[in-house]
Amino acid sequence: MGYHWDWAVLFRAVPTGETTYLAWMLSGLQMTVMLSLSAWAMALVVGSLMGVLRTVPNRWLARLAAGYVEVFRNIPLLVQLFIWYFVLPELLPPALGTGFKQMHPVAQQFLASMVCLGFFTSARVCEQVRAGIQSLPRGQMHAALALGLTLPQAYRHVLVPMAFRLIVPPLTSEFLNIFKNSAVCSTIGLLELAAQGRQLVDYTAQPYESFIAVTLLYLMLNAIVMLGMRQVEKRARVPGYIGSGK
Amino acid sequence: MFPKRLFIMLVCILASVPAVAQAASGTLQRIKETNTIALGHRESSIPFSYYDNKQQVIGYSQEIMLKVVDAIKQELKLPGLKVKLVPVTSQNRIPLVQNGTVDLECGSTTNNTERQKQVAFSNSLFVIGTRLMAKKNSGIKDFPDLAGKNAVTTAGTTSERLLRKMNEEKKMNMNIISAKDHGEAFLTLETGRAVAFMMDDALLYGELAKAKRPGDWVVGGTPQSREAYGCMMRKDDAPFKKLVDATIARVQTSGEAERLYKKWFLSPVPPKGLNLNFPMSDDVKALFKNPNDKAFD
Amino acid sequence: MYDFDWSSIPGALPFLWEGMKISLEITLVAVIVGILWGTLLALMRLSGISPLAYFAAGYVNLFRSIPLVMVLLWFFLIVPQFMQAVLGLAPTADTRLVSAMMGFALFESAYYAEIIRAGIQSVPKGQVAAAYALGMTYGQAMRLVVLPQAFRNMLPLLLTQAIILFQDTSLVYVSALADFFGAAYKVGDRDGRLVELLLFAGAVYFVLCYGASYAVKRLQRRVSA
Repeated sequence: MGYHWDWAVLFRAVPTGETTYLAWMLSGLQMTVMLSLSAWAMALVVGSLMGVLRTVPNRWLARLAAGYVEVFRNIPLLVQLFIWYFVLPELLPPALGTGFKQMHPVAQQFLASMVCLGFFTSARVCEQVRAGIQSLPRGQMHAALALGLTLPQAYRHVLVPMAFRLIVPPLTSEFLNIFKNSAVCSTIGLLELAAQGRQLVDYTAQPYESFIAVTLLYLMLNAIVMLGMRQVEKRARVPGYIGSGK
Repeated sequence: MFPKRLFIMLVCILASVPAVAQAASGTLQRIKETNTIALGHRESSIPFSYYDNKQQVIGYSQEIMLKVVDAIKQELKLPGLKVKLVPVTSQNRIPLVQNGTVDLECGSTTNNTERQKQVAFSNSLFVIGTRLMAKKNSGIKDFPDLAGKNAVTTAGTTSERLLRKMNEEKKMNMNIISAKDHGEAFLTLETGRAVAFMMDDALLYGELAKAKRPGDWVVGGTPQSREAYGCMMRKDDAPFKKLVDATIARVQTSGEAERLYKKWFLSPVPPKGLNLNFPMSDDVKALFKNPNDKAFD
Repeated sequence: MYDFDWSSIPGALPFLWEGMKISLEITLVAVIVGILWGTLLALMRLSGISPLAYFAAGYVNLFRSIPLVMVLLWFFLIVPQFMQAVLGLAPTADTRLVSAMMGFALFESAYYAEIIRAGIQSVPKGQVAAAYALGMTYGQAMRLVVLPQAFRNMLPLLLTQAIILFQDTSLVYVSALADFFGAAYKVGDRDGRLVELLLFAGAVYFVLCYGASYAVKRLQRRVSA
């Protein structure tokens, strides 16, 4: 097939003239990074909290946390995203829903995406935190309590910090996942990297160039995150444990 | 040994890659060989090409496209020609024509010079103006009223580009939402996420036909462009284009097109049995008298 | 309060069921091809023949670094013609369905390859040595000794991955293919009842996936017992 390669298209001005297609793509990259980082921060906080709840002696709290995980794990991410974006604003009290819908559209899309990715990933983080805490020898908890720490103190000063150091490797893969999952948010119109790629195909009719460029940017992002996390893994390693898990 | 066999298989897979990058010969030739034509249609371009309640594709453009199929059946003497329907969106319709998934797309696609670089267009089917739909009592009468507000349009359409351009040039500070399809764009308007929806006037009337309360909405504003809809096909395929063009010209000069116009724009249409009441414009009248494939820009 | 109106669902059930069949079909094909190709990839990676090992590692890492949405877009917009030629498909075939299946199968095989590799490595080395001592070739040792045990060990993981895959099939939304989610979205869009249809779709996925993962958990208990 006579395909006309034209990489220069990336440097050409967009129809409105204020910038180039490459700049569109980079702004998409920026959006992907911002979205992923903020959703990750949310997932870590909510996930740790839920992970702790899953291991507490109180049965009801543990069950609540387990139910939370099941809900977010058994509904496809795309469906969750559409529910956050299209359904929730209609179900909220009218004042709140209307307030949300009259925000800047990018803010709406970003907020819905962040909350969606954040909760979705928090369920996975929760399971890792739980596994981390449960893998600690029981003696640690008992020693903490015997030293006169209250249960929350034992979690805060002993169990959670230890567990986190053990689960860095699985968390790394969740962190990588959040970047990849953020591409789903292009479906509600958020102009992140994948969406910019599609828009470029539409505007330039050079599908190969746009897709190859976007794919390379994702690979690059992945490599950077992986290298960064390797450093974190090295520092977090607990002396006396084999490597840091598998 | 096992790994060696694997290696050979792998080499075979890799070696087969370059061999497949071949061009499809003429569309008619391909249709004849495969006894199949792939038609691209829209899912929510009311009343041009959309699903009715039974998920059947119907509409003004769809009927014309089926007339083209009849002509192909006759021309190639293929009474049993199989029709494959492929739903397309504003964003993927051009790549899908280019990559061979779709042979012919008649929906609501504007013929303009920029797109002519990528695909070929048939004789025009219809002429529209790009305008606005807003709530009756919202105070939005024309484009300048949109300054600083949320406005929605459909991604990949000429309206999207016009609106972005206007926003940039006139520093209107609008927030432009690009929805995936006309249905989603209207939903954005209906749920209050945007104050106005810019699109081709005929399609705006079409969206009214499925509104929960059609009386709430009004189409207005100064037309920002006149545009001709055409069917899309791959470039540089003269015999196929000739056949499509001739069929459309025949439909338009024989009075058939006028009958279709009455059916889809001046009578009740599915899904809710609403009459669009969209009187025939002078541009459309002129087109039916003198079929042509000219773009307006 | 929002005015729920579920009336468009009963009439749409046959259409939704058609969509569900497409979701299941894609899942099934992707699981089968994914496990086969994933096993091959895992074997290549462990084969000790460096070109093969590099190829497998590159393949796995590539697919695990790209978002599924991008993979599906690649297969949807760019590869159909290529595939038609490679697979010798009849042009009547729905290329969207086939390209979705291909995309999922190739993507998932990278994930399956990693699960299977871990599974193979979980079989004690002594067993391979014993198999060789009995005069088996590499292929026989793998086929008769290592793989059966590895698959038994990793069955729950493979099934869990299948459930994830089933959820991910909703992403064919980007190629306008009417899988279960796509069908639900289209009905909601058409009738102006998106809220109800999205909630319905979410509930259906939840019931199916929760049920399936519960079953996998019970199986896991039996396997490890």
